This record gives sequence, structure tokens and C-alpha cells, in this order.
Amino acid sequence: MSVLAIRDLAIRLPRGADRAYAVDGISFDLAAGEILCVVGESGSGKSMAANAIMGLLPDLVRVERGTATFEGRDLLALPERAKQAIRGDRIAMIFQEPMTALNPLMRIGEQIAEVFEAHGKLSPRERRERAVALAAEVGLPDPAAIVHSYPFQLSGGQRQRAMIAMALALEPSILIADEPTTALDVTTQAQILDLIRNLQHRHGMAVMFITHDFGVVAEIATRVIVMRHGEIVEEGERETVLNAPQHDYTKRLLAAVPSDVVPTAGAVRDTPMLEVQHLRKTYTTGGGLFAKPRVTHAVDDVSFAIAKGEVLGLVGESGSGKSTVGRCLVRLVEPDGGSVTIDGEEITSLDAAGLRRARRRAQMVFQDPYASLNPRTKIARAIAQGPIAAGTPRREAMADARRLLETVGLDASAADRYPHEFSGGQRQRIGIARALAMRPELIIADEAVSALDVSIQAQVLELLRDLKDRFGLSILFITHDLRVAAQLCDRIAVMQKGRLVEIGKVADVFLNPQDDYTKRLLAAVPGATWTGALESA
Amino acid sequence: MSLAADAPRSAARGPVLDFWFRFARNRGALLGLLILLAVIAVAILATVMFPQSPWKMVQRPFLAPFQVEGLPLGTDTLGRDVASGLAHGARVSLIVGLVSTLFSLAIGVPLGAAAGYFGGIVDDALMRFTEFFQTIPPFALAIVLVAIFQPSLTSIVAAIAVVSWPPVARLVRAEVMSLKRREFVEASRLAGLSNAHILVRQILPNAMSPIIVMASLMVATAILLESSLSFLGLGDPNIMSWGYMIGASRTVIRTAWWLSFFPGVAILVTVLALNLIGEGLNDALNPRLARKGR
Repeated sequence: MSVLAIRDLAIRLPRGADRAYAVDGISFDLAAGEILCVVGESGSGKSMAANAIMGLLPDLVRVERGTATFEGRDLLALPERAKQAIRGDRIAMIFQEPMTALNPLMRIGEQIAEVFEAHGKLSPRERRERAVALAAEVGLPDPAAIVHSYPFQLSGGQRQRAMIAMALALEPSILIADEPTTALDVTTQAQILDLIRNLQHRHGMAVMFITHDFGVVAEIATRVIVMRHGEIVEEGERETVLNAPQHDYTKRLLAAVPSDVVPTAGAVRDTPMLEVQHLRKTYTTGGGLFAKPRVTHAVDDVSFAIAKGEVLGLVGESGSGKSTVGRCLVRLVEPDGGSVTIDGEEITSLDAAGLRRARRRAQMVFQDPYASLNPRTKIARAIAQGPIAAGTPRREAMADARRLLETVGLDASAADRYPHEFSGGQRQRIGIARALAMRPELIIADEAVSALDVSIQAQVLELLRDLKDRFGLSILFITHDLRVAAQLCDRIAVMQKGRLVEIGKVADVFLNPQDDYTKRLLAAVPGATWTGALESA
Repeated sequence: MSLAADAPRSAARGPVLDFWFRFARNRGALLGLLILLAVIAVAILATVMFPQSPWKMVQRPFLAPFQVEGLPLGTDTLGRDVASGLAHGARVSLIVGLVSTLFSLAIGVPLGAAAGYFGGIVDDALMRFTEFFQTIPPFALAIVLVAIFQPSLTSIVAAIAVVSWPPVARLVRAEVMSLKRREFVEASRLAGLSNAHILVRQILPNAMSPIIVMASLMVATAILLESSLSFLGLGDPNIMSWGYMIGASRTVIRTAWWLSFFPGVAILVTVLALNLIGEGLNDALNPRLARKGR
């Protein structure tokens, strides 16, 4: 039985957008009691479709045609007031980033109670009681107390639980979840997916779950819709779509998903490129006349080494200190203790001039392809400025920059353009070219592919692998994603709360994890069972 | 020269036109720009339109507007042409506004940039210095400075610049502090660029938008400050300015309203135009912060 029927929905984008329609004539049904996963890469129109149903389209974007029939009425044609009554009551929504979706100045309990108030239900006293009951239902610890906390006092996972409690408050018949676990760590993600599945089952809601991650799809979906450029390219039961995809695009997407199949690690040479010993970094925040300062051991006695031509994956959840380690190695963050030697040269004691020389040998590729390029500098200049500062003649450095652009798979004509003319994946290639321009021996890639769509991710990983072989680079590959790490790395180091809990060959860590935390991390990877099924098939 | 060689590409023209369209979408800003252009034209053509000195007595005093042909705005207490005074006053106002703003940018931008970029003790020292100026009411300080150094165009411009740079320093400091943590700045540090290069070539160009907007509003404030100083009799005694005209005729405001009315309108319209332009610049330079278009 269908609770929501979308027919021929078309959403018009304002002039100057990259295409005319965000969503171009899609039709689908959402059945009661199912979890429908809408999958697509960024820009596929999946979120726009959900926002149109909720009546939350941005200014200048409007529905051009189509209907969304819910309880016998066309949602798209309703006046704003009627839409308001339905939002939150009959159809609820949860978002990707719970920190920005919650009001930072209101206690959690008040925000849950506000849902009842907005729809004029229950007495104030009953509202408060229901808020506590809901907090308990979504598994917030100590519900009676936690309703009095502010959003910033909760962890990311707890905030998402609070959002879900708000969404559930009025027992909606449809829950729309827009990438609700994307901002969460993998262990937290597993818990939230579990919670959504349980609640869906208990309340018999229909869930429209928007995601870019096929692992999540495998974990939670009943039915799957694959979207691309605003159109539905494939629709079907989970097993059919995942195991026997029909459309080429779906096949390519699935092929790009990093699998658990561990590539054979290259022979590790013994000459160390980088040696880290007892590295330590402590942050002290707050602390005044009366307050006790908060001390965080971001990096706590970490030691490891990377051989020449080796790729070491540094894996950990957010806050584990993995990025701090990467930044300590090149002293973008000053370490508090320990030693870092790059090819035998001690980094921690260098003066400014020595550091400038040493940094040429160790370059970084950053996470955010949008923040890591100066929007007002042309590409060629961005790549060449390092070598120029190091004394290479300008003309030579610029010519070199063009060659490097071709090396990373871009056209040399890109050199004269500005960063905003490139997509995320292209920018990441530019970032890699910039790092290569210094002819480094060690590259620190800090979440270098995390912000990219899976198909682009696969291409960038391929590029890194290729460059490593061609230039004999050592790479420290920092990531939160175990599967991505397995694709590229020879060895993997796992960090938790500033400590290194396990380090070993990829195959060993994956197939025979020693530490409890590593085991939990592996178990939490979404879709673990699905890829297992693929392998045996 | 090298810029001109690159120019034929369509992209080179794109941003400029794009900027203009965003600016022009704000009707108020267009109006402001028109008014300002008119004021500038009057200032430039003042000596052509009114070749005689504005201080020269041309007719009987206290002539009302349109009472005598050739004196559309009448004469003042000493029989000087009010229209001529307005035109020459426009010059002074614009010069004082522009030059003093340039000077306060020249003080505020480097101070704020250094404080924001280096942080720590440099930041502390520079910000305490800035606060020292902020604790004194700007107008009072300007009066004291002009009184000490004798009223002249130079001392007025200097005084206005000295009292108006602290907000610039604060703004630039905040912008630099947020920009210096961006990954492209870290990448520049890894590339071995010097601090000066990173600050001037990487960070400051990205902080230009708010500085430009602020500068346009500072020109307006400077014009008001100059008028206030002249009103109090602290203007350059050799230069006819709007503030002086109002100040000189304040005693006769009931009998000869036009003497203070027209310079007042001139100040109002010019300052309003600058504010409208500032708002338009803000919309054009920060498209994401612009008020939602309907």
C-alpha cells in the first residue's frame, strides 16, 4: 500500500545553474512500512526531491510540475498553512548535521516538547513527560536528566538521537532522513542505523532514506532508487539492485565502492622514510581563575615508521588525533614531545629556515578540496608558488606546473583558470599536483578522498596508487574509512583517543584484528555482510 | 601588460560583468552611484561653473533663492553666492572623505593584519594600542588634534584618519584570523612561502570584500566628521566647506533658512549615496549574505 505517490515531479533550478532541472520528471511510490533508500552522488537531485515533498525548497528553486499524493491530497499544491500542519505531524524529517539542525540555545527536552506545542497538542506537563519518554525510546542515556542539557553537551550520535526523537514525537506516517549518518563515526552510524530500523519496525512508518553510501543501503534498505542528474536510473528491491544491477551507472557506482577484498600488499622495504617516536601533543583549553583547565591528550605517545615507497593508513574516528599526528609531522602543529625524523633528519628541533627546507620533502594533501585552494589564485600559480619560493626560476616552475596537471589527469589548459571552475574531484587532483610540485618523498594525505563521491574517490585512489609507483613515494594516508584505507595501504595503524592501538599489514588487521577497538570498528562498517556475500558469489 | 595579453579570454570579463550585475540588482545602490557621480561632477566642474572664489561678495546679503537672476540659491550673511559655496564645498568634502579613508586604511590594514596573523604577544600589543584609541570618543579626539595642529586641510584629514582606523584594524584582524586557519594557507606554509608573502598574496586578497564595503561607509563618516569640525569653526579658514556654511549661518536660521538648508541637504544626500553604494557593494561582494531576492 502506497502512502506517498510521486508522479512526474520536476523541480526547476534558477538560471545559471549547471542544469535546468534539479529533478526531471521522476515518479515513485513510498509504501507503508518500507525503508526506501534514494541513492545518488552529490548533485543527483536526491535531497531536492525530499525538500520539495516537505515544502522546504530554497528560494529561486521551484516545483514546475508533478504531484505528491499523501493521504488523498497533493502536497505540492497545498497552501503554506496546510503544509505547516503536515510537516512534523504527518511527515517528519531528520537532517545530516544535527548540530546545525538543533537550536543551540534551547534544552533538548524543550525542543522535543516544542513539536507538540507547534501543533497545539497536549498540556505543557504532558509535553514534558512525553519528551522524557521519547528520549528514552531513542536510547538517550539517563533520559530524565539529558532533556535538560543543551545540544553542545551531547555527542554527535546523541544529537542525532535527539533529532530523531523530535521527528517521532507526533508519530508521523512518513520519516524522511536526509543523509542522517554521514557526519557520524562508523560505530555511531551503525547504532543510529539500528535505531532507525527498530523504530521503523515498531511504529510501522514508511522511511525515505537519502544516502550516497551503498554500504548504508545494504544495511537498511527494503527498496532502492538510484538517481543520477535528476532522473531515476534504476529502481528495485535491495537484493536485486545490489547484486544484479541493470543500469550501467549503478554497476559503475557499485564497482567503485571500496570492497573488503584486500589487495596484496607490496613488499615492504626496510629503509625508513619517516620515523615517529613517542610523539605527544596535549591541548589545554579553558581554565581561568576559578575553572579547571580541560586537558586533551590529542596525541599520546605515538610511535611508528614508514618505509620508502610504503603506504601507511592511519585510521581512526573523529577526535582520535589522527589529523593532529599528520600535522605534527610537518609542524603545522607544534608537537609537545617526541621525535620525528624524515629520512634521518630530525624535524622537531629545526629552526625556521631548516624547517622550510625539510618541508619540501614532506607535502600534504588536504581534506576539503574547496578550502585547500586559494579562490583568488590561478591554478598554475598555486602549484608553482612553492618551487618559486624555493628558488626555481619562474618560467621553469610554471612549465612544470602544466606538466604536473597532465600527470594528475587534468588538461594543461587548466593552469590559467581559477579554482571555482573545477569540481571537487578535479580540485583534489590539483591539490595533489601542488604537493608533487615540491618533488616530495613523503606525502601526508589527510582525509584526501573523504569529501568525494565514490566514483571520484575511486579515481583519486587510483591516481595516488599510480603516483606512488611512478615516483616511489611514501604516503601517510589518514582516513576514517577502513575500506578506503584497505584499497591503498600496505599497512594500517588504528588510533583511538590519541593512542595507537594496533598496527600491522592490511590483511592481518582486517582478517585477524587483535585489539577490541579494531574489532568493533570493523564490525560497524556498514554493509559488511553484503560485500561478504558478493565475494563468495 | 601581461594582464592585457590574457584579456581576450571570456572568463577575464566574466567576473567584472558578474559583479556589475549583482551590484546593479540593488536599485538603491544604482541611485547612490548616480548621486555620487553627480557630486563628483560638480566638484570637478566647480571652477568652471563658478570661476570666482566662493568667498567673494557678489550681491546684497540675505538674498532668498531665485530672488535675483544668476543666484539660484541666494546669498549668505556677507553676500556670497551660496551655489558657488556648495560646488566648491563638494570638492573639500570628497577630498577629505577619500584621503582620510585611504590614510586610515593605510594604518588599520597593516596593524590588523599583523595582529591577526601573528597572534600571541604581537596581537596583544597591537590590540591594546588600538583599544587606547577606541577608549577616547573619536570626535573629541579629532577636535583636540585639529585644535593642537591648527585647522588646515592637512590637519583635518590627519585627525579624521587617526580617529577612524581602529574599526578597520579590528575588522582586518578578525578576517585574517579566520582565513589563516584555512587549508590553502597551511599548504602555502608547507610550500615554504614566507610569512609576508602568505599574508599579502594569499590572505589579504581574500579579505578585500569586507574592507571595501567598510571603506565606502568610512568615506561617508569622514565627510560627516569634517562637516562637524567646520561647523564648530575648526575648518580650514581658507576653504569653503559645507560644514562651515551651516556653522556660519546657524544664528540666522529663522530669518534665512536657505543658508543652512542647502548645505545640509548636500551633506545628507552625499552621505546617503555613499551608504547606498556601501550596501550595494556588500550585496555584490558577499552574494551569499545578500538579502534573499524575491
